Amino acid sequence: MSELTLTVMRLGFLAVLWLFVIVAVQVIRSDLFGTKMTQRAATTARRGGNPTTARQSSGAAAPQQRQQAPAQPRQRRGAPTHLVITQGSLAGTTVALQGQTITLGRAHDSTIVLDDDYASSRHARIYPDQSAGSWVVEDTGSTNGTFLDDMRLTGPSPLQPGSAIRIGRTVIELRK
Amino acid sequence: MTTVESRVVACAPQGPASVRRNTELSLLVFAALVPVLAYAETGLAMDGRLPAGMLGYGLGLGSFVLLAHLGVRRFAPHADPLMLPIAALLNGLGLVFIWRLDKARELHPNFPAAQNQLLWSGLGISLFIVVMARLKDYRRLQRYTYLSGFAALVLLALPAFFPVRAGDFGARIWIHLHGFSIQPGEFVKILLPVFFSGFLMVKRDALALASRRFLGLYLPRGRDLGPIVVVWALSLLILVFETDLGTSVLFFGIFVVMLYVATERTSWVLSGVLMAGLGFWAVARTEGHVRGRIEEWLHPLAAAPGAGVGQIGQALFSLGAGGALGTGLGQGHSWLIGFAAKSDFILGTIGEETGVTGVIAVLVLYGLLAERGLRTALAARDPFGKMLAVGLSAAFALQVFIVVGGVTGAIPLTGMTLPFVAQGGSSVITNWALVAVLLKISDLARRPAPGEPLQPGTQP
Repeated sequence: MSELTLTVMRLGFLAVLWLFVIVAVQVIRSDLFGTKMTQRAATTARRGGNPTTARQSSGAAAPQQRQQAPAQPRQRRGAPTHLVITQGSLAGTTVALQGQTITLGRAHDSTIVLDDDYASSRHARIYPDQSAGSWVVEDTGSTNGTFLDDMRLTGPSPLQPGSAIRIGRTVIELRK
Repeated sequence: MTTVESRVVACAPQGPASVRRNTELSLLVFAALVPVLAYAETGLAMDGRLPAGMLGYGLGLGSFVLLAHLGVRRFAPHADPLMLPIAALLNGLGLVFIWRLDKARELHPNFPAAQNQLLWSGLGISLFIVVMARLKDYRRLQRYTYLSGFAALVLLALPAFFPVRAGDFGARIWIHLHGFSIQPGEFVKILLPVFFSGFLMVKRDALALASRRFLGLYLPRGRDLGPIVVVWALSLLILVFETDLGTSVLFFGIFVVMLYVATERTSWVLSGVLMAGLGFWAVARTEGHVRGRIEEWLHPLAAAPGAGVGQIGQALFSLGAGGALGTGLGQGHSWLIGFAAKSDFILGTIGEETGVTGVIAVLVLYGLLAERGLRTALAARDPFGKMLAVGLSAAFALQVFIVVGGVTGAIPLTGMTLPFVAQGGSSVITNWALVAVLLKISDLARRPAPGEPLQPGTQP
C-alpha cells in the first residue's frame, strides 16, 4: 500500500463518517432549528383552568400569550391569531394560534383541557391547512359530537373567523 | 392532506408526523456500509488485501439491521427514523475496532472477541425485535414499578455477594457463571428508569409544590428529602461494597435527572450534585480502590516503578498520537493500552486511528441518539412515557459521559463500556433493548391522533 492510498483512505473514511452525521442532522433539522416549543405556552393558559380560577387566571395568561404571538414568523396579515372560549367553565380564556395543532378534550394532555361533562377525552382538534391557508376543525371520534355553527361535524371543516365551535357547554371562537 | 401533515411536522412536535420509514431504511443502508468500508480499509492497511470475511461480515451486519428495520416497520411504524441507524452504525464500527484489536498480536492475552461480539450483537437485535413485538404498550410497565425497582436492587447487590476474583481489578460488578461473566449493572439501566418513572409519577406533585423559597431557590421540605436521601445512601453503599464509581454515579445520576424533569426544580439538581460530591469525597478518603482511581486521575502520567504510566496515561498517549485526523484505520499502536483495550478503552483506539475528527463524529452520534430520546420525551403524551424516555436517554448519555470522561481524563476513570461500541455482551444486549423501548415510546408519541384508540366520554 502506498502512502498516498493510505492517506486517501484515511481521509475518505472520515469524510464518509461525517457525511453520515450530516445526513442524520438533516433528517432532524426541523427539531434543531425550526421548532419552537409553543405547546408549553398553551399549557400555562390551562394551568389555572379549573372552574373557580379560570376567570382570574385567564387575565394573567392572555397578555403573556399576546406577547408571544408576534414572534411567529410566517404570520399572514389578517389571519386568525387566537381562539377565544366564550362560554363554559373556561370562558374568557384565550389561546394563541402559532401554527400548531390544538387538541381539545378532557384528557389532561390536551392543549385545551375541557372541564366539561359532555366532552370526551380526545374530543376534537383544530389544525392549520397550509394549502388553503385556513384553520380546520375536526371531530376526533367524540361521543357527543362537535358542532360548528349548530351543525354537527362529520369530517374536517374549514373554520371561518367568528364562527362558533360548540363542545358540550363550551363555545370556542376563532378571532383575528 | 399530505401538505397538512408536513406542515404540522414542521411546527408541532405533538402533531401527527409523517412515517419516515423509508428515510430510516436508506439511513440504515448507509449505516451498514460505513462499517464495511472501515473493515475493508483496516484489512488493506494491515494485510495489504481485503479481509477474507468481508462479504460474510457485511451480509451478517446487513441482515441483522434489516431484520431490526422490518421489526420496526411491523411493530412501531411511527417510531423515530434516526435511532436505529445510529445504533446500527455504532455497533458496526465497534465490531470493526474489536476485530482490528483482535489482529494485534502484541495485545496479551488476546483472544478473538469480534466473533463473540457479533454473536452478542445478533442476540441484542433479537431482543430488540422481541421487545418491539411483545411490549404492546409501554404504559403497562407502570404496573411493574416496584417489581423493577426491587429487581434493580437485587441485580445491583448481587455481585457484592459473589466471591471476588483476581481478574476483576478491584471493582465487583461481575457475576461469574460457568466460564462467562455477566455485568448485572448494565440491565439496571432499563429497570431503574421504569421504577423512577412510576415512583415520580405518583410523588412529583408533593416534591414539586411543597417547598419554601430561600435565596431565590425553592428548597424542598425536610420530609420530601426522603427518596433522594435513600437513593443517595444506596449509591454510596454500591460504591463502598462494589467499589465501582460508574454504577454508583449512573444510579444516582438517573434519579437526579428524572427528579429535576419531574418537578422542574433546579434545587434538586443542586442538592443532588452537592450530596454526590460530599459522599464520593468521604468514600474516597476511606476506600483504597476509589482513592487509587482518583490518584491516577490527578496524576495520569505518574509512572509506577518499572511499569510505565497507568491506563489513563496510555489512553492519553494514544489520543495524542491520533492528532487531528488520526493515523488511519489499522495503523495505530493502540495495543499499547494493554489492559481493557477492547472494552473500556476502545475510545483510545478510535481516537488514535481516526483522530479527534472521528472521535467528535462518534460523540455527535451519541448526542443525536440522546437528543432523539429527549425529543421523544417531549412528544410523548403521557407523563409516564415522558419520564421513562427521559430516564432511558439520561442513562445512555450518562454512561457515555462517564466512560468518555474517564478515558480522556476529565473525571476519575471507572470501568464502563462505551455503549454499542465496546466489547461486552451485557452492554450490547441492554443497549439494544433500551433503544427498542425508546422506539416504542416514540411510536406512540408520533402516531397521528385520529388513528388512536379513542376513549369515549365517561359521562353522557
